Amino acid sequence: MARFSAASPAGRVAADFAQSRLAVFGLALLAALLLAALFAPVLSPQNPYDLAQLDILDSRLPPGAHATDGKLTYWLGTDDQGRDMLSAILYGLRISLSVGVSATLCALALGLTLGLVAAFCGGWIESLIMRIADIQLSFPAILIALILLAVLGQGIEKIIIALVAVQWAYYARTVRSTALVERSKEYIEAATCLALPAARIVFRHLAPNCLPPLIVVATVQVAAAITLEATLSFLGLGLPITEPSLGLLISNGFTYLLSGKYWISFFPGVALLLMIVSINLVGDQLRDVLNPRLQR
Amino acid sequence: MTQPTLKVEHLRTHFFARQGVVKAVDGVSFEVRSGQTLGIVGESGAGKSITGFSIMGLVDPPGRIIDGRILLHGRDLRTRSPAEWQAIRGNRIAMIFQDPMMTLNPVLRIDTQMIEAVRAHDRVSVRSARDRARAALARVGLPSPDERLRAYPHQFSGGMRQRVAIAIALLHQPDLIIADEPTTALDVTIQGQILAEMQQLCRESGTALIWITHDLAVIAGLANEVCVMYAGRIVERGTVDQVFDAPLHPYTRGLLDSVPSRNQRGAPLRQIPGMAPSIARLPVGCAFRERCARATETCFTEPPLYELEGRHVRCFHPIHAEDEAAAAT
Amino acid sequence: MLVYVIRRLMQSVAVLAVMSALVFVGVFAIGNPVDILINPNADQEDIARAIKGLGLDRPLWEQYLVFLKQAALGDLGKSFAFNVPAIHLVLERMPATLELATAAMLIAIVLGIPLGLWAGLKPHSIAGRTIMTGSILGFSLPTFWVGLLLIMIFAVYLGWLPPSGRGPTTELLGVPVSFLSWDGIAHLILPATNLALFKLSLIIRLTRAGTREALLQDYVKFARAKGLSNARVVGVHVLKNILIPIVTVIGLEFGSVIAFAIVTETIFAWPGMGKLIIDSINVLDRPVIVAYLLIIVTLFVLLNLAVDIVYSVLDPRVRLADATG
Repeated sequence: MARFSAASPAGRVAADFAQSRLAVFGLALLAALLLAALFAPVLSPQNPYDLAQLDILDSRLPPGAHATDGKLTYWLGTDDQGRDMLSAILYGLRISLSVGVSATLCALALGLTLGLVAAFCGGWIESLIMRIADIQLSFPAILIALILLAVLGQGIEKIIIALVAVQWAYYARTVRSTALVERSKEYIEAATCLALPAARIVFRHLAPNCLPPLIVVATVQVAAAITLEATLSFLGLGLPITEPSLGLLISNGFTYLLSGKYWISFFPGVALLLMIVSINLVGDQLRDVLNPRLQR
Repeated sequence: MTQPTLKVEHLRTHFFARQGVVKAVDGVSFEVRSGQTLGIVGESGAGKSITGFSIMGLVDPPGRIIDGRILLHGRDLRTRSPAEWQAIRGNRIAMIFQDPMMTLNPVLRIDTQMIEAVRAHDRVSVRSARDRARAALARVGLPSPDERLRAYPHQFSGGMRQRVAIAIALLHQPDLIIADEPTTALDVTIQGQILAEMQQLCRESGTALIWITHDLAVIAGLANEVCVMYAGRIVERGTVDQVFDAPLHPYTRGLLDSVPSRNQRGAPLRQIPGMAPSIARLPVGCAFRERCARATETCFTEPPLYELEGRHVRCFHPIHAEDEAAAAT
Repeated sequence: MLVYVIRRLMQSVAVLAVMSALVFVGVFAIGNPVDILINPNADQEDIARAIKGLGLDRPLWEQYLVFLKQAALGDLGKSFAFNVPAIHLVLERMPATLELATAAMLIAIVLGIPLGLWAGLKPHSIAGRTIMTGSILGFSLPTFWVGLLLIMIFAVYLGWLPPSGRGPTTELLGVPVSFLSWDGIAHLILPATNLALFKLSLIIRLTRAGTREALLQDYVKFARAKGLSNARVVGVHVLKNILIPIVTVIGLEFGSVIAFAIVTETIFAWPGMGKLIIDSINVLDRPVIVAYLLIIVTLFVLLNLAVDIVYSVLDPRVRLADATG
């Protein structure tokens, strides 16, 4: 009754992952949202940035209302500019996701490099990098982002810089501890004995083994990055009005909340919520699956 | 004959994991009398500790006792309610674990842990509980008990911690003590001391003792009777003299042979070939079949435990005296 | 123990020095308040006088030294916008923020630890699963959106609670607090709950993980073997062990709560430091920004120090090792 499966590691991970129905649901939801964001121009009834398509007479209509010229149905209502909420949300999803993902990827690259450098070089370089990372991690992300944005100003690149600055330390720390463990293992000794160049050892041998914990951290951090960007946009420090992310949409609708026009804030919020929840569900299960200590 | 203190009949404790059922303890029976010591020997994973936990009712899920009777002074423990179990544990039956560092809570003081043990079963004041704790520590040979009481576990050596555990076990003069490899983690000299002390304490108070270990030498010196366990079952059971002088089961023979002795000097060490099977994947028939030199076709059926020469053995080809003589020539 | 405290104290001072330099450089070296605060229609003389008055014409390093000297004396300049000492402005708003943060932390702890314990003791029960799913929701939901939701439900639709602002304050030990009156509490509930949600989820998950791990330990089995009641095993043995890492986290998270109050204060128009900083950033009121950052950094450093000390008190292994080592 041999239980040696011939499946690859990826296959086993997938099988373990699928054990939680909640996680699979999260994955499905995430996929749906990604597709919606990707195909936003195709799916949305209206281009919310095209001022020619907007009709100010249609502003602040409740969900399900019809346009004054009768051509569109505003399934989720309109905001104070007459923008169709559904379209605005789809485009907003796109922006939120792209900012979050690109920031995470940049932070990952930066953190991975710095972490590997720290682990491999050791000595004062390692101490310096890790000290900076520690100090930064002891301050809340929102504070650091706030300071940076106050200094740098607004704009999409600056937001990404702020997000990267906030996140790189997580990756650097994770990579460094994994790399330290791996470095003392025999296959690295073997590679060193073969006089392989350092860069090759680091990137071809060390890096792949550091991947599983990184994947887990990255998944969770994407959600955190998206939330942080939304929060900053909500506070008015984030993306400019020309590229409204979900945070800005919510902020716009805030003033109308008290007068009962809830949809302007509520639906973008639901979209944000669904995205973050699905990412967290997936990330949670990935963490349990990839955690070597929980392997039986 | 008076009733034995503890009588276990056909105990079965199985673990229901996602991959399947693990039969950790599968049909174990034995008895212990007051003042007597029973040894349970076997390799790691043979089910010895689980047997001990089953008697205490401390089997964690996904494990469960699914069959058998555990008779303490004739009354079946399995029929008791959880509240009754709680009243018995630490009171009529006490247990000593293997690693004293992990069994004493590292963030609580010694006196806290001893006083709560006293007050769990006797409604006494904190002060008188502390007096009893002090007396118990003195009885196990720990000097300056007052200082010891105020200390934390990590401030003690392994031997001292184990003595504290023994003191706790003796607090309510239990009828039965189950000691699960209590000296495995200690130095040989400390081990000897503790063994001697336990023997004396039990003889004085008439407490029955079950000593679980993989160390045969300890059992030889300490126990009256012994059970040899393999893969969740008892393969041989009898008095220490019977089993150690003339083992019937090939596994017991193998165990005894593996212990290096002085008259073997220069000769290669004898071992039992192969490894103990994982209880999750037992071979068909006799669990020892794949490692046994005497195995035949019949061994593909499970052998029952039957009586032979005044003791019990589970084997179709037990080693008789004639075989021994033949082997020697 | 004393050696440990002194060492940590010195580390804290070092961190403080570095952070103040960073803050100064970040705010004073980059960004141009001249354009914002001085009327562009004013003639050159007025502008020059304003620049001199605000000290913006000196070289940067000189500004930094002046800054340090004044900071040591407690003078961080006057707010550009309000023309009062910046540090007073920030300190004036601090009690409101601290009140909010403390209330939020209390809610998170008082609810979080019992819920986490329950989820850890019975992980596969309906209650346990619900608690865990709830906690995932809790830290997935962006704080500001939950705030909106709370206002929507409790203030607009149900009308039970006020949607914004702080209640009337009374003096307690010289500090104005608002929780001593029912009206004050009514104003405090929504923002505190909003702020607490994230931390609540965190504490629940931590407690649950800690409980599950603790229950597998030998000392729990041994405690049961002694015949202790379940209440005692969980309430004393398990709890004391899991409290140590949880307390550490709570201490560190308190700083984060104060920072996150920025968002909650904005939504609920709570007159604390957070709202002040947002407004100040928007008008580049540098002295206020600097004052806020320095105060927050000091708070953080002190918090970290306090947490380390409390940790060593709680864990006898650390405390006694230090004494003998």
